[in-house]
Order: sequence, then C-alpha cells, then structure tokens
Amino acid sequence: MLKTFKMGGVHPEECKLSEHSAIETLEAPDTVYVMLNQNLGAPSVPVVNKGDKVKTGQLIAKGEAFISASIHSPVSGTVDKVDSWIDASGYRKPVIIIKKEGDEWNDGIDTSKELVKEIKASKEEIIDIIKNSGIVGLGGAAFPTHVKLMVPQGKKAEHLIINAVECEPYLTADHRLMLEKGEEIIIGVQILMKALDVTKAIIGIENNKPDAIAHLTKLAASFPGIQVQGLKVKYPQGAEKQLIKAAINREVPSGKLPIEVGCVVQNVGTTFAVYEAVQKKKPLIERVVTVTGKKVSKPSNFMVRIGTPVSVLIDKCGGIPEGTGKMINGGPMMGKAFTSAEITVTKGTSGILLMDENESGRVKEHNCIRCARCTMVCPMGLEPYLLAMAADTANWEIAEQHHIMDCMECGSCHFTCPSGRQLLDSLRLGKNKVGAIMRARKN
Amino acid sequence: MSTILLAVIVLGSVGLVFAIIIYGVDLKFQVIEDPRIDQVVEFLPGANCGGCGFAGCRNFAEAIVKAGNMDALFCPVGGNAIVKDISAVLGIEAVERAPQVAVIRCNGSLANAPQKIKYDGVSRCSFAHTLSSGETGCPNGCLGLGDCVESCQFDAMYMDKTTGLPVVIEANCTSCGACVKSCPRKIIELRNKGPKSKRIFVSCVNTEKGAISKKNCAVACIGCGKCVKACPHDAITLVNNLAYIDFEKCKLCRKCVTECPTGAILEINFPARKTESAPAGEDQINQ
Repeated sequence: MLKTFKMGGVHPEECKLSEHSAIETLEAPDTVYVMLNQNLGAPSVPVVNKGDKVKTGQLIAKGEAFISASIHSPVSGTVDKVDSWIDASGYRKPVIIIKKEGDEWNDGIDTSKELVKEIKASKEEIIDIIKNSGIVGLGGAAFPTHVKLMVPQGKKAEHLIINAVECEPYLTADHRLMLEKGEEIIIGVQILMKALDVTKAIIGIENNKPDAIAHLTKLAASFPGIQVQGLKVKYPQGAEKQLIKAAINREVPSGKLPIEVGCVVQNVGTTFAVYEAVQKKKPLIERVVTVTGKKVSKPSNFMVRIGTPVSVLIDKCGGIPEGTGKMINGGPMMGKAFTSAEITVTKGTSGILLMDENESGRVKEHNCIRCARCTMVCPMGLEPYLLAMAADTANWEIAEQHHIMDCMECGSCHFTCPSGRQLLDSLRLGKNKVGAIMRARKN
Repeated sequence: MSTILLAVIVLGSVGLVFAIIIYGVDLKFQVIEDPRIDQVVEFLPGANCGGCGFAGCRNFAEAIVKAGNMDALFCPVGGNAIVKDISAVLGIEAVERAPQVAVIRCNGSLANAPQKIKYDGVSRCSFAHTLSSGETGCPNGCLGLGDCVESCQFDAMYMDKTTGLPVVIEANCTSCGACVKSCPRKIIELRNKGPKSKRIFVSCVNTEKGAISKKNCAVACIGCGKCVKACPHDAITLVNNLAYIDFEKCKLCRKCVTECPTGAILEINFPARKTESAPAGEDQINQ
C-alpha cells in the first residue's frame, strides 16, 4: 500500500508539463549576478573585490555565521562590481556581478562525465567538503546542508530520508534529475549515509513519477540499506515533517527539528550536489530549474549556473507568453510572485512559473462561513481561520498561543477556502510579527 | 405589627454589624492615592490614544504625579495648554514645548512615481510591505493603502485619490504618533510645526543610489548633497544617499529648496515666491 501522512493535505491539479523534456545544460551567460543572501541564515561575506580575476568554482563569498553557506563563482572572468540587485522579493540585496571571460576552472575540479563510485573521504572530511562547497537544500528553502549533517550531542540519527517527493504542481526539476542522474544520486545517498553514520536510507517519491520510482528501485537493488518508497500523491508531502510521518510514521514535535525523532531529511537535488562536491570536487555553482506555464511554448528543465538572469531562461522557452498575469519564483502553491525578470537564479530557485492572468488573479473575498475546511486540510493541525483573524486584528498573543510559528506557509488553507479568504497572506504577516516579538523577547 | 417591628430590628441590627465590619476593613486596608492624580486626569483629553507612551490617560497622570515633573512626559494631544494647568497642580514651573505635526516624507504620487506592478493582495500597507516592494518599484516609498489613515483617531488624515498619498489635516493633527507607528515603511515623522506653520523637509526616505531611485520616482532624493552645501546653518545631513533636515537647526531660509535638482525638498505654508515659479512638488501637498 502506498504511504502518506495522515493529517490534512490537498491535491491540486498536477500540471507537470515539462516532465518529458530532458535537462538541457545552458551555457553560462556573459554576466552573472550572484546574490549574497542565497540561503537561510546570515548572508555571505564577499572575499573578492572589483577587478579581481576569478575562476569557475573559486570561493567568492564566505559564510561566516553558524547558519550560512559559502558561494563560489559560477563562471570564470572578472569581478565587475559588488553592488545591489533586485531579488525575488522585489527589494534590492547585495550582489557580486561577474563578467565572463573564457572558461577556466579552479584547480582540482573534475569536469569529466565519468562516474566515481568509490567513496574515499571519511565522515569528517565529507561534512567539511560539503561546508566548503557551499551546499544548501535545493528543495527551495536553501537551508545549509552541513548544519543538518552535524548531529547535536546526545542525539542519534537512525534514518536518512531523501526527499524526492516534488509535491509542488508544475515543477519537474527533481523528477528529471532522478531519471538522468540516478547513479550519481545513489552514490550521493551513500555519501550522506556515511556522513551521518546511518545504515538505513529511504528515498520518498510520489506515485505520479512511476518511471523515477522504477529507475531508482533498479539502481538501489544492490544496496540493501537504500529503500525506494512510493508515496500517495498529496500536497504538502514534500515538507520535512510530513515526509517523515509518511515514510517512517514518526511525528516531529512542535518547534523541534527532525533529528528529535532520529531523522535527517535531504532533498534529492542536494544529494546530487553532494555527489559532485565530494567525488568531483565541484562546488555548488549550478542547479536544475524548471521553466513552465500553461501558455509557455516550450516548458523545459535547464541545468543553469547560479546567477543567470531569469530573463535568459524565459527567452530560451520562447519568451513571456501574451496574457501572463504573474511570474512566480517556485511552484504555484508556495512560490512567490516576482516583479521583474531581471532577478537571477539563486541556489533556492527550483522553478519559474508563468501563470496566465485568468488563473493568477485572486478570487473575490467573502466572509468566513466557519466551514472549518481550512482546519481540516492544515497538515500541521492548526486553525488557519483563527490565526488569520488574530493576525488581521494584530492580536499577536492569540496567534502565538495557537502556534502560528508551526505554520509552514504551504497554502493548503488558502487553496481550499470556499470564501476565497486570503488566509496565507495573513498568516505570513502574523508569522513575521510573532517571530520578531519572540526574537526580541529572547534577547 | 410586632412582626414588622421584629423584621426592622433584625435587619437593622444585621445592617449595623456589617456596617461596623466594613468600616473596620476600610480603615485597615485603605488605599491611599495621591489626590493630585484625579486633578491631573481632569485636565487630560481622555482620548486614551496612547500618544504619550502610556496605555491611557490615567496611567499617564499616575506617571506624572510619581515623577513630580513633566520633563520627559508630554501629552501631544493636550499640548502646551494643559502643561500650564498640570504644572499648577504639581506646583512646578510650566515648560512649553514646540508643537509638532505629522509629516509625510514621500511625494511619490501617481504622477511622480508611475505604477509598474499591479498588487492584488490584501489592501493594507502592512501586508503589501511584507509581500512585495510595492507598485512603483520604490522599496521605501508610500504604498498608498492607508494604514496611517485607519490608525488616526482624530480624523486628521485622508487618502488623496488623485495623488494616491495620505494627507494630514494640520488643524486636526494632535501629533499623537499613531500614524508614525502604523507605517511599515517609516515614512511619517513628527516634526516641529514651525513659526506660522512654515516648515521645510525632505519629502523622501529612499536610501537607494541616485540613479536607481530616480528611475522609479521623479521627485526622489538622489543624495547629490547640493542642499548640504547650500545650507548656511549646518541643518542638513546626508546619510545613505538621503538628506535629512534637522528641524531644530533649520532657520527656514529656503536655500536648499531652490538648490534641490529633483524637487524632493518641500516648503509648506510659505507665501508664493515672487521671482520664480514654485517648485514642482508644492502643489501636490496642501496640508
């Protein structure tokens, strides 16, 4: 029987338009714009100056805080400027602009296509390499991977769970990666197992990707520790806590991390990046991005360098189609609309969705009819209508008491509301304010 | 007859016993409150607006009586009129403060900063600010959704439909500061009203580089520093590509206004200039 999580969840239209288009490697653009706040946590600190020559894969910004990641140059060339550039939120953030010259790679990087099977690095070396390669979670949240691998004292990891769910509609980046880079992913899983000192790894894949399940099951057959688990299609199964519940039926307590129940979850894209970093000495300078939309003439998956302007990707797919209402960074459920195609690909960009204006607009808002559908679909067991009301009336105490900080902004409540209430917006505002209040109290 | 008498005696004696107990308890647990608190409350406006920083007027009165002076305490609504009365109650000398008014430091009207993006979310500034940079592309400018107007308890603000910006009605503004707190972009500032309500201020809070801010808004402060050089009173400072006029130092000479290349500095309630036409921004705001 197919497993899934029990509480809540919705099933939006899947629309995996680009699932049959193979990953196309894009040539690096002439100018790359590498944002300095690519990951969760503190922004990275630049270590290059204007006019410096850099090689592909060379360190250009260092993550100095505990939760931060290093950034490497995605191209070889000259640093043009350390300036500010518009990011997906619409605000300007610090950036390193590099002009491409030639194609010179940093020493030691193996650019061949050859598969390296033997894992020579030790546990500590693996974590060190991952840290120095600037790897972050490629599912979208961009949490630094090495922090997850450093298990705190007194805790023991038992399971490694690989998140290959890709529950967001439209996105197919992970799906294509599994089909095309299956061998590398399996080696990546073994590397992560070694780093965490675990014997069991579960790769969770939703059942709408039967070809990926079959492919990885075949490849993993010779490794008894690695199990491929098909999961029932349900959003938001790709969320860490929901995936743990679905895969091994354990519940992560409120406000705690997965390690509390002996789990570490890594995205399948991250696993591939780990393989490249450990076996090929290649830092995280490129990722797979899906560019899709119902009116896009050629929905595609691209392997692109970090810092490539999104407009380049859109042009490759035939430009912005007429009647596009919104451009979304990520999937339709959790992604955020961005305002300018000048924004660039960051480590957290999993997809670019161009939505038609008929679909992208908001529905008319009516009064809450207390039908409790939002409560039924909330995968975290919250009461979205109550939290939204608390946030609307600036009643932060009520919001905190009812665990607004447990909300992961999956948007299931907003999606399901028959009155078209804009619950997620209120919840985001509430989380923002309550989080600030809680941080202020701690200091 | 005797039944009535009995009832009167029983109830009367019960009442007497309780009266004695209540009197005893009152003596024992008497709360001694400074009578001046009540006197001070009499003079306060009673709006409980929180402009003084306290939860309500009575808390403010308690704080005044406890401190014994009004050095750090001020009721912006009552203003200088009540300072005299309260000072008389406390037996101290009244120190007057310069009256203040809320000033909107953004002139990015629909004409000056054209709309580039359509925001279709919840029609509140606090929401729009967390979700996007706003419709004009200026990350610091007014979002025009009126959180400040909603926060005003004194009917001193309204949204001007033609400019898309809030307007302060000077006569009603009590400088309670509710709008200052409600603005997620920190655009509104309390400034001294100035002699005959004349004031000069930089009507922009954009900290981006000049070339970028100018692209989004015709009347943005571009941080050129011309006003800083022109000011004979050292009242203007330039921090993060943004000029700021210190109202304590400003002598209202208007040299900066003529110098500003973008018209970001506004002069309010001045008589029209004889020699040249008024700067571009002036007719946008009639406070």
